[in-house]
Amino acid sequence: MTVLGFLLQKEFRQIRRDTTILRIMFALPVIQLIIFPLAMDFDVKSVNISIVDQDHSTYSQKLISKIASSGYFKIVGAETSFKKSLTYIENGEADLVMEIPAGFERNLVREGVQKIGISVDAINGTKAGIGGQYLNSIIADFNANIDVNVKSGIVPQQGIIDITFTNWFNPRAEYKYNIVPAILVLLLTMIGGFVTALNIVKEKEVGTIEQINVTPIKKWEFILGKLIPFWIIGMIVFTLGLTISWLVYGIIPAGSFLTLYAFAAVYLVALLGFGLLISTYSGNQVQAMFVAFFFIMIFILMSGFFTSTDGMPGWGKVISNMTPVAHFVKTDRMIILKGSSFSDVKQEFLYLVAFAGVLNGWAIWNYRKTN
Amino acid sequence: MEDNKAIVCKDLTKQFGDFYAVNKISFEVLKGEIFGFLGANGAGKTTAMRILCGLSFPSSGTATVAGFDVYKQQEKIKKNIGYMSQKFSLYENLTVLENIEFYGGVYGVPRKEIKSRSAELVQTLGLESEAKKLVGELPLGWKQKLAFSVAIFHKPQIVFLDEPTGGVDPVTRRQFWDMIYEAAATGLTIFVTTHYMDEAEYCNRISVMVDGKVEALDSPANLKKEFNADSMDEVFYQLARGAKRSGD
Repeated sequence: MTVLGFLLQKEFRQIRRDTTILRIMFALPVIQLIIFPLAMDFDVKSVNISIVDQDHSTYSQKLISKIASSGYFKIVGAETSFKKSLTYIENGEADLVMEIPAGFERNLVREGVQKIGISVDAINGTKAGIGGQYLNSIIADFNANIDVNVKSGIVPQQGIIDITFTNWFNPRAEYKYNIVPAILVLLLTMIGGFVTALNIVKEKEVGTIEQINVTPIKKWEFILGKLIPFWIIGMIVFTLGLTISWLVYGIIPAGSFLTLYAFAAVYLVALLGFGLLISTYSGNQVQAMFVAFFFIMIFILMSGFFTSTDGMPGWGKVISNMTPVAHFVKTDRMIILKGSSFSDVKQEFLYLVAFAGVLNGWAIWNYRKTN
Repeated sequence: MEDNKAIVCKDLTKQFGDFYAVNKISFEVLKGEIFGFLGANGAGKTTAMRILCGLSFPSSGTATVAGFDVYKQQEKIKKNIGYMSQKFSLYENLTVLENIEFYGGVYGVPRKEIKSRSAELVQTLGLESEAKKLVGELPLGWKQKLAFSVAIFHKPQIVFLDEPTGGVDPVTRRQFWDMIYEAAATGLTIFVTTHYMDEAEYCNRISVMVDGKVEALDSPANLKKEFNADSMDEVFYQLARGAKRSGD
């Protein structure tokens, strides 16, 4: 135990002297939490639309004014032909073209059916896709009103199912509520996955690890000596991150801090084990960096950090579940936004404990003092 | 029966694929002896030394260091030896005193003793004004002297020095060897590799490795007689000239 004390003392002294790394570790939460949520906003606010009205009827005018007043669209062009209208998309001025064909009103009134053409610019897929959906719902709404007004058929129309969305736990569907908890996870991932791996591999490069291996230091002492300092720093950074989310965004975890910290603590142990494992397989910092980057990219893209894992195909979900990140991203959001209690997320906690055990066990097994 | 022997090695071999880095070497090192371990680059010196230090498993043969087996008791060996490698291995971003404290500590020297003895050591080395400076700022010669002092701080039975004077100026080298003599006088066994033949002359006995094998082993005087040479330089040249391996 006294040996561990000497190791920790040495590690903290070195961390304190490496002011560059130290500064980056503490700048990370500040910059990520302030820039990402503000810059990365997936809410689509103004979709540029170009309209071709070949009907010039009361109904077509009504539909157009409904679109204009919805607040989501900006009408950038009103042309008489589809061809002309399409040039707006070609020039990048419009995201959508809507074509109201001649006979729109007549067909609607007489037959109750009319098709409308919508063309989307699929280059900016997200914007056009969401724009298309907005437009659909406006048209559906418009249809519903027609049914009421026209009363054309003798046969009563089928009941119209009106769907209203309510965004629970994030009422205004604001992106920041979605991203801030995820960034907190990202912070721990960077510190656990990168910094530890590089720290140990640096000792390999400089040659001091050989000097360590020739001392009677026990494996677990050496490994704990590396894990504990970065675990402490990780928890401080996490706390700093929570403080910033509160100060800047007013986000206060709805669930218990104890549950949140228990998850963060175990998650960090798992990621430190991951970093450690990489360091035992890498000979130099470039290798370690590259391998860590490779896996962390997968972790971040597959974990539901940006995109929901629900949309993934079956095999994608399997990969996602194999990353510790996915489990913490999910529970972190549940605890912070929804206020889930420990018993709600117990299963995920056990996953993380298992990850921590496997990754660290593997790393300890693979670390050799004698080759 | 091995009372007066610090290291005993018999047919020690390290094989990488079909390459014999160390090929059936046998020798004994007496307690308190300064044993020079010579050989050209790539002869297998460092590999053999790493086995004896418990850093590497041998492929076959037997060896004991301080009475402990190199196959099974590496951690016990590590407790009883000091090691100073070719690569400078103190922490450059720790101060002189912090390095002494750390290495003393991991070998189990009590904190109180570390404190009093490191103050003494700094004084002996003439590093009083540098004690709180980072080791990275010291000139190479001083670093090497410090590294040696740190390697023997926990009072091991044997110290392994892998080219300790590489790149150091002649005056410092001389001072370094004075330190080695002083340490040997206290009963410490010194196992040292070097490329400087004048340093070989300072050893009690030397072995010369060529292509993984020990080709000669005796005192410098006897070796010169045997090879009918005026200097160790010539002895080494006669032995190493036939080497097939070269470079690192």
